[in-house]
Amino acid sequence: MALNWFKLSSPASFYPVAGAMIPWFAWGAAILAAIGLWLGFGIAPSDFQQGEVYRIIFIHVPSAWMSMFLYVVMAVWGALLLGFGTRLSGMMAQAIAPTGALMTFVALWTGALWGRPTWGTYWAWDARMTSELILLFLYLGLIALRQAIGDPRRADRACAVLSIVGVVNIPIIYFSVQWWNTLHQGASVKLTGSSMETTMLAGMLVMSFAFWFYSIAVVLARLRVIILERERDATWVGALAEVRAAGQGAAR
Amino acid sequence: MNHWHFILGAYGLTLVLLVVEVLSVRARRRAAARTAAASGAPAREGSPGALRTPH
Repeated sequence: MALNWFKLSSPASFYPVAGAMIPWFAWGAAILAAIGLWLGFGIAPSDFQQGEVYRIIFIHVPSAWMSMFLYVVMAVWGALLLGFGTRLSGMMAQAIAPTGALMTFVALWTGALWGRPTWGTYWAWDARMTSELILLFLYLGLIALRQAIGDPRRADRACAVLSIVGVVNIPIIYFSVQWWNTLHQGASVKLTGSSMETTMLAGMLVMSFAFWFYSIAVVLARLRVIILERERDATWVGALAEVRAAGQGAAR
Repeated sequence: MNHWHFILGAYGLTLVLLVVEVLSVRARRRAAARTAAASGAPAREGSPGALRTPH
C-alpha cells in the first residue's frame, strides 16, 4: 500500500504519528549514548599526544555534525513550504531551529574547552570556528525573526527564505579546513576512510547516532507543541485526550 | 596531561543544556494543552483537510 505523503503533511494526521515515534527515538538515543560513552571512556585508549582530553571528541564532533545537518534539513523544509505551501513544513522548520542552535553552541563550547589545553587558547578567529559562530547567529536570527513577525504563516515564509540563503554557510564550514590555512585540524573521518583508531571511531560514530536520535525525538516533541499552539482552535485538537485532561485539571 | 576538568566542563554543560531543552519542551507542551483546552472557539484553520497555507 502506497504511503500518502500529502495526507501526512496535514498537522492533524502527523500529530499522532510524531507522538508514536518519539519514545522510539528517545530510548534509542539513551541506549546509543550509553554504548557510545562506554566505548569512549571504557574501551578507547588514551591519545599518545593529547592524553585524556581528546575524549571531548565524543560530543564535539557529533554536535558539530548535527548543527550542520539540522540546518540543511531546516532549509529543505523551508523550500518545501515555499514550493508546496504545506503548513507542516513551516512548523517543522520552526521546531528544528532551537535544537540546531543548541547543537551549534555545544560544538563551540566543547571546541573551546578542547582548544585550551591542545592549542593554548579557547578561541581563535579561524575559518572553521568563525563560520560555525556565524551558523549560531543564523539560528538565533531565525528564532528572532519568527518572534518578530506576528502572523505565523508570514513568519514561516520569511524564515524559509532566510534559512535557504543561509545554507551557503554549510559548505563553507565543512570545507573551511581545506580552503584556508586554519588552526582547526582537517577532517578525521571521510567517505574514503578514517585516520582514527578503531574504538575511538566506533565511540564517535555511536555518539553521533545518539545525537541524531535525540535531535529527532526533541524536534518531534517540539513540533507537537507547535501544532497544539497553532491549531488550538481546531475541533480535532479539542478532542485530544491530553487537551481534555488539561481542561478538566483547570476546571477543578 | 589529562585535563579532566575540561572534559567535565564539556560533558557537564552539554548534559545540563540537553536536560533543560527537554524540560522546557515538556513545560511548553503542558501550557499549550491548557491554552487549547481553554479555547472553545470553532475550528479556524485546523481541519484535517487544510493541508496548505493560502498564498
